[in-house]
Amino acid sequence: MRDSLRFLLGDRLVEIDRCDPTLTVLDWLRLDQRMTGSKEGCAEGDCGACTVVVGRLDRGRLRYEAINACIRFLPTLDGCQLLTVEHLKGADGSLHPVQQAMVECHGSQCGFCTPGFVMSLLALRLNEAEPNVGRIEDALAGNLCRCTGYEPIIAAGRRMDEVAPREADRFLSEREAVAARLETLDDTETLALQGDGGRFHAPATVEALAELVAAHPQATLVAGATDVGLWVTKAMRRLDSVIYLGRIEALRAIIDEGDHLRFGAMANNIDVREALAALSPQLDELMRRFGGEQVRNAGTIGGNIANGSPIGDLPPALIALDATLVLARHSEAGIERRSIPLESFFTAYRKQDRRPGEFVETVLVPKLAKGALLHASKVSKRFDEDISAVCGAFRLTLGSDGRISEARLAYGGMAGIPKRAAAAEAVLAGQRWNEAAVAAAIAALPQDFTPLDDMRASAHYRLKIAGNLLRRFLIETTQTQAQTRVVGLLAETANG
Amino acid sequence: MADARRRLYMGVESGPVGSSRIHDSAPKHVAGEALYVDDVAAPEGLLHAYLGTSTIAHGRLLSLDLDAVRQAPGVIAVLTAADIPGVNDISSTHLHDEPVFATQAILFHGQPLFAVVAETRELARQAATLANAEYAEEAPLIDVAAARRAGGKLVTEPLKLERGDVAGALAASPRRLKGAMAIGGQEHFYLESQIALAIPGEDEDIAVLVSTQHPSEVQHMVAVVLGIGSHAVTVEVRRMGGGFGGKETQANLFACVAALCARKLKRPVKLRPDRDDDMAITGKRHDFVCDYEIGFDDEGRIHAVDAIYAARCGWNADLSGPVTDRALFHMDNCYFYPAVRARSEPLFTNTCSNTAFRGFGGPQGMVGAERFIEEVAYATGLDPLEVRRRNLYGGPGRDVTPYHQTVEDNIAADVIGELERRCDYQTRKAAIREANRTSPIVKRGIALTPVKFGISFTATWFNQAGALVHVYTDGTVALNHGGTEMGQGLYIKVAQVVAHAFGIGLDQVKITATTTGKVPNTSATAASSGSDLNGMAALDACETIKKRLTEFARKHWQVEAGDVAFLPGRVKIGAREIAFKELIAAAYIARVQLSATGFYATPKIHWDRKAGRGHPFYYFAYGAAAAEVAIDTLTGEYKIERVDILHDCGQSLNPAIDKGQIEGGFVQGMGWLTTEELVWDRKGRLWTHAPSTYKIPVASDRPRIFNVHLLENAPNREPTIHRSKAVGEPPLMLAISALHALSDAVASVGDHRICPRLDAPATPERVLDAVERVRAEAAR
Repeated sequence: MRDSLRFLLGDRLVEIDRCDPTLTVLDWLRLDQRMTGSKEGCAEGDCGACTVVVGRLDRGRLRYEAINACIRFLPTLDGCQLLTVEHLKGADGSLHPVQQAMVECHGSQCGFCTPGFVMSLLALRLNEAEPNVGRIEDALAGNLCRCTGYEPIIAAGRRMDEVAPREADRFLSEREAVAARLETLDDTETLALQGDGGRFHAPATVEALAELVAAHPQATLVAGATDVGLWVTKAMRRLDSVIYLGRIEALRAIIDEGDHLRFGAMANNIDVREALAALSPQLDELMRRFGGEQVRNAGTIGGNIANGSPIGDLPPALIALDATLVLARHSEAGIERRSIPLESFFTAYRKQDRRPGEFVETVLVPKLAKGALLHASKVSKRFDEDISAVCGAFRLTLGSDGRISEARLAYGGMAGIPKRAAAAEAVLAGQRWNEAAVAAAIAALPQDFTPLDDMRASAHYRLKIAGNLLRRFLIETTQTQAQTRVVGLLAETANG
Repeated sequence: MADARRRLYMGVESGPVGSSRIHDSAPKHVAGEALYVDDVAAPEGLLHAYLGTSTIAHGRLLSLDLDAVRQAPGVIAVLTAADIPGVNDISSTHLHDEPVFATQAILFHGQPLFAVVAETRELARQAATLANAEYAEEAPLIDVAAARRAGGKLVTEPLKLERGDVAGALAASPRRLKGAMAIGGQEHFYLESQIALAIPGEDEDIAVLVSTQHPSEVQHMVAVVLGIGSHAVTVEVRRMGGGFGGKETQANLFACVAALCARKLKRPVKLRPDRDDDMAITGKRHDFVCDYEIGFDDEGRIHAVDAIYAARCGWNADLSGPVTDRALFHMDNCYFYPAVRARSEPLFTNTCSNTAFRGFGGPQGMVGAERFIEEVAYATGLDPLEVRRRNLYGGPGRDVTPYHQTVEDNIAADVIGELERRCDYQTRKAAIREANRTSPIVKRGIALTPVKFGISFTATWFNQAGALVHVYTDGTVALNHGGTEMGQGLYIKVAQVVAHAFGIGLDQVKITATTTGKVPNTSATAASSGSDLNGMAALDACETIKKRLTEFARKHWQVEAGDVAFLPGRVKIGAREIAFKELIAAAYIARVQLSATGFYATPKIHWDRKAGRGHPFYYFAYGAAAAEVAIDTLTGEYKIERVDILHDCGQSLNPAIDKGQIEGGFVQGMGWLTTEELVWDRKGRLWTHAPSTYKIPVASDRPRIFNVHLLENAPNREPTIHRSKAVGEPPLMLAISALHALSDAVASVGDHRICPRLDAPATPERVLDAVERVRAEAAR
């Protein structure tokens, strides 16, 4: 056990012995350190004004990620480097190329969102050479600006590498040295931090995690904190015992095991996207629109599932793909594991089949069989960084006779849980994949779902869309010349 | 980059007005060094206040038990209406309808009941939830329809504009039609939420740092609530993290509560609501229902319009009177109505009190005007752009507005024609029609709409401004004026005016925070008037100083007054040229006063509201936009793919800053008309109270092709500051082109025979509804 938190703030080593488990990075920066460059715009990870960059070791390499400081708990930075807008200027007071580009392109007006944009652009610059406009937009999807209309900020994203070459960036040339310093902070000890508000544990191994969950059955398990953070900042809940899963490297792994992919629960949505994109461009586009970049960096596959939200965007896709969930817990004989079909994990609104001491450890996702058709669509008011009104993911298996041998139609936003459309699936089974089959499936959907009216959409619209997405699926698989999407990778490539 | 270019960008070089200088705070913005109220180093002994608010939307407060609040950890004090030494009212229009804290009547969900002060903000916020209030709950009136059903109680006097015999003209029109349009509201979503920090001083003095567009009103309200003179209150604003009208009156509450707590406890107090609370408590853009009847002929010429604009105003009047007035002032947009009647209906509802928002009712009025045009176009089968052109204001006989002001500076036809040519509108329109034939699911649409926006506060007395200019003995200049900086670049524009006036570099002009202690009795920085008013006031101060300097130089160097000229980087005195600072040094020794105030009052304007007649606007700003969109007819999803804009800034003071206003205004307007949807539940709770549920545009929503040009060689016909035109609000309405492009795409599913009547905001759900309706009607 280690009882002090250690991380780098810029190049300064910070060690903290006492810390509230849910103290946010933003409050620590602004109130404790009096570093007020990072701003609070929404305190829920939606506006990006608080964006900071976290460097963490990923398989021995330093990886930079933009995250929302407003919903990230400080103790989760153990072993990381924290960079804020205050760290960018050169020793001589000169602006960093990202800052200079923003100034030259008139990228700020009121200036309040600006530090967040600067940090998101910094992360992009450190991670990618010559990003195109689409990538810049993706990298900025979690940053709101109400003044500029974004055009000059995109221009700054294109300009930053012209101001000074990326290769010469101070943060890239210091990368090895910082990685070496972080290596010295890396250990396999469980971090156990006491604060006035409660206790924070961050185990470094799955075994230690299992023991901690068994010993603290009431503890809140925290992965990316992109939802739990809001329990604290919005609902003002006090979490007196937190177990953080982010230090367990084994849980971040994604392994290709031949006919399926094995995802550790802590694989973040950036890595999950990359892996799922290899299965289907449909999944690539679905994941492209998952949250904003900060949420994609922080949020994990395990968190998106274990959270049990009826509007999480991964569960419908994973259910359509017939994924298996592996739950683990401590036992006398070592770790005891239980595998269940993902769909059976969700039992009722915000209720899951998770037994005492259990945690989500692994998700197994079968690859697509030859002849299988896959579709994924998310419908929301805004394309980027929005929550689905309806998310539909479908997998059809066609037999050698051209008839549908299996249909898996999974929806989010249509019920209290992510759920399959059993009646519509039954209608499709044995049919040829054509307009008549789709019409029959659509007619069956009201048996499967009684959606709700809310601020995102009316029940009527939800049901209508649920059916029309099947129609979109049919057109995309049978009339490949027709354009069916108005934005994104699928609009720009296959159907564009 | 070349050093010279960078120096120019960074504003080091001297230069006249009209050049693209960066925002003066840009280097600080990007470094996180620009200070907002929450960033200012806290005074010793700072406490934090938080508001306790009602949990019902309508009813009576029977009892309010605050014991649990008082006993919560860290709590120092709890204040209610009983603690107010002055008047429990912050009504900006003096209707006495806006208590700081409710006492009996609860009029909306989120109405402040009390304030709790604690050692930390977190403790204050937690304690604020512990009140035990008992209510006699009544059914709330949530929207226009409900308010009308309940008898249509108004929050303020309605307005009627009338010209010609409307009933007669309608009856005589070859064709007529009736319709209604719902136009949604809009949350400001300034990135910096409301905040105030109050610091008590000696005697009754109190200093307030606050994020407001209207320091003088905050000063007045604090004085009224505390029962002290305005001279004891100093309000300072260095910058806001966005305003957009949301901090014209809405900062008053937070400033007054912070000041009240500070005065009571004799300690500095800060009040910053959480984003969700800010969104629940503060007012937004008014949503309207516009009912209209139009008389027209087969050539698409409008003969008469009769319209009622009914607005959800919320629980008090706030600025709803002038906002709904301005809706009527823009119900003509660029079009001449031979006979017209327009009436406003500012309705009371049990919702937050709607307020100023960029355009101030004008956008809603104009959205109505463009619907009238669209109706006529579909009814006659004419192209909407052709109908627009046929109804533009013209020469004598076709140049009088519904409020009887003659349009003297009309350039709408030129702007439309020039944009149509530049963006190849007709060719693209034909290509889109053709492409839609072979695209079964995705349909494209295009529309070109103009803007004419009236510049001046319609409350004529607000059209005044003051400035204070000090020249120090080293030749550097300190500039202060009544305008506030919310990101729009007002400070840099006025500094450019001053640098230009003295012929000195921008780096020689120090821009100082707006404070009621330096320039008194200022108007809100609103109505797009900031640089028009404050630029002229600052210039007036400069001219006063220059006059004294000229007089001094004439005597000192024995030249004629006409031989003294302030040139870039130097002063010409007869045959000699000296540096500005040399002149200043000599003038100081000669005891010349080197400080002056400046003042400006807009000429020509007058307005008789009772009669509905006058000349309320000094001039009009024009513009036009063409938008092209793609819609998905299976889901209603859409993308604004390309936008071309030609906008009239007169002779721009700073083209880069103006372009920023145009692009930013367009995208904000596009958000208003597309994805930004405010939803209240049946209990009157705002359901979209955070960015997770209220969707303003993100980077990928902006059009990928976005060609924005300032109209060239178009100096303001009126002698405004360097012949520039106001630019804050007008570009927002360019986004109406996006709504009409969506409508055009929807109409394609009915072969452009049926008017889609697409209401705003055109969310994907509304677009799909319209697609289905047009399809159904076309099939009939």
